[in-house]
Amino acid sequence: MYPQDFKYTHDHEWIQIADDKGRIGITDYAQNQLGDIVYLELPEVGKKVKKGDVLGTVESVKAVSEIFSPVSGEVVEVNKPLTEKPEAVNGDAHGSWMIVLKLTDPKEADGLLNATQYAELTK
Amino acid sequence: MSHRYIPNTEHDIRRMLDAIGVASIDDLFEPVPESVRVKGGLKLPPALSEADLLAHLEQLAAKNADASTHGIFLGGGVYRHFVPSFVDQLLLRSEFYTAYTPYQPEISQGTLQAIFEFQTMVCQLMGTDIANASMYDGSTAMAESALMATRLTRRDRVVVARSVHPDYRAVLATYAENLGLPVVEVGYTPAGAVDLEALRQAADGAAAVVFQYPNFLGVIEDPRAIVQAVRPTGAMTIAVVTEPVAMGMLAPPGELGVDIVAAELQSFGIPAAFGGPHCGVVAASEKCLRQMPGRLVGMAKDTEGRTGYVLTLATREQHIRREKATSNICTNSGLMALCASIFMAAYGKQGLPDLARLNFDKAHHAQQQILRGAPAARARFGAPFFNEFVLSGLGDAARVHQRLLDQKIVAGVPLARYYPELKDSVLICVTELNSAGEIERLADAIAAAIRAPTGTRKTATAEVARKPKGVKPVVRGARTASSGRARPGTARRPAGSGSSGAARTRR
Repeated sequence: MYPQDFKYTHDHEWIQIADDKGRIGITDYAQNQLGDIVYLELPEVGKKVKKGDVLGTVESVKAVSEIFSPVSGEVVEVNKPLTEKPEAVNGDAHGSWMIVLKLTDPKEADGLLNATQYAELTK
Repeated sequence: MSHRYIPNTEHDIRRMLDAIGVASIDDLFEPVPESVRVKGGLKLPPALSEADLLAHLEQLAAKNADASTHGIFLGGGVYRHFVPSFVDQLLLRSEFYTAYTPYQPEISQGTLQAIFEFQTMVCQLMGTDIANASMYDGSTAMAESALMATRLTRRDRVVVARSVHPDYRAVLATYAENLGLPVVEVGYTPAGAVDLEALRQAADGAAAVVFQYPNFLGVIEDPRAIVQAVRPTGAMTIAVVTEPVAMGMLAPPGELGVDIVAAELQSFGIPAAFGGPHCGVVAASEKCLRQMPGRLVGMAKDTEGRTGYVLTLATREQHIRREKATSNICTNSGLMALCASIFMAAYGKQGLPDLARLNFDKAHHAQQQILRGAPAARARFGAPFFNEFVLSGLGDAARVHQRLLDQKIVAGVPLARYYPELKDSVLICVTELNSAGEIERLADAIAAAIRAPTGTRKTATAEVARKPKGVKPVVRGARTASSGRARPGTARRPAGSGSSGAARTRR
């Protein structure tokens, strides 16, 4: 269910790290809890964040919730096309990346949950 | 001690105090320092019977001046317009009168549809894509609009024209002060319009520029020129409308490229009372949708395909999003918005332009009458105006104003309190309710008041005599902006560097 090569947060974001960059999205569990997603608010490229800072918001028909940054870094890319069809997140949460972050300290990701731990968390 | 309208008995009070473990009511006020507490009760006369009380209150009320006792030429943000009888009659319908927050669409279709139509008519009037379901008043609509612009631009400074209503600016300052939002003020030109060059400079790096249309001094600003000047800076433009009747004659701000309109709709069927209730509204271009303060009603289809109305984007409101809500406005002025809706629907596309024209004609007629009768008086600004204008050359305007008040004429708003440089001036407003006879009486009384020899006249003469000869008169057109020290270039001063001149920075 949860990709093995992703890391996860307690706030239900995933990050897929390659070298010093990480793609970020929200988990299948998160999309399921939120319900129909109608709007995505993503940060501007160049924004610097610390771990736990707000990267953007996901709005569903019943709630608006924050995307918290799993690690510290700088926003280098955002998935603009996804903001045109935010409902895609409901269909494929793990394939719907939202933000690419250039990590300040790749070792910071070691503290995140792995797929097994995250599956346990959301049981 | 028992009070007729406070039903708690000694026994009830004892039980409540026991329940929370407090010995007496006075103990509840323990946190209030002893030094500021009232001792020995209030010095009030004995209570009156209901009949005596009503008689007493009527006596007090009779001391008020109102339109039945005085000729009123007051505007400056609150306007006296005719309220057709059907407005109140429709408002009294019980399904509207008791309407509160329509959280449950299944039982609130009437209220929701009324609000939806309100939003639609406001959009048509202002030339915008969207409008919210109303707010407390124009000043809070303006402050919330400024905050919306900071969220949308991710910038944290707001520029406001000094020709915007002074009370509105004070409300913005209150909001801004506690949010650490710097507010910069830009002065007006000798023609009474916002100083475009100073505005352009101050707008650089700012979230928004705020101007009023028509402005507080009665002058019709040029929104197109303001938008053109400001757009390259990336700041948003906010037009404040305090006299919506003018929209029957002027191009809608939204159509002229203005991003956000913050309006007060009191003129639309809401009586000019002492301070409210009013009806504010924010109307804007669609890019503002997700950041719109307050609530919005949307049109939807139910499962059987029928049209219905629901609160929309409520997920961003305070009751759901708590401290992360878009704004702390979590309600709307439902009844007042309905009042404005009835008025707009009834006057319609033909009636509102007619009403606007009548206001325009009467105000211009009044200005001509006054200037003809009193050669010393002059129109402060040459720029086009709608139903308000600044009348200068009155010497001590407060004295003239008082003299007319003695004759049961309220000669507008003396401006010294808001604009020290305009102490010889009053802001005169003329609406469709001012009769030709009333206008004539105003013109005659102003002429007589200026001519009248009084005790203060001596002082005025002495002042003139003291002035050195050959000095350029400071009155007509000598200054660019707000005070004698004002220069457009001062608009870009960094935050906290003082408070004078064309631009003032608050932190």
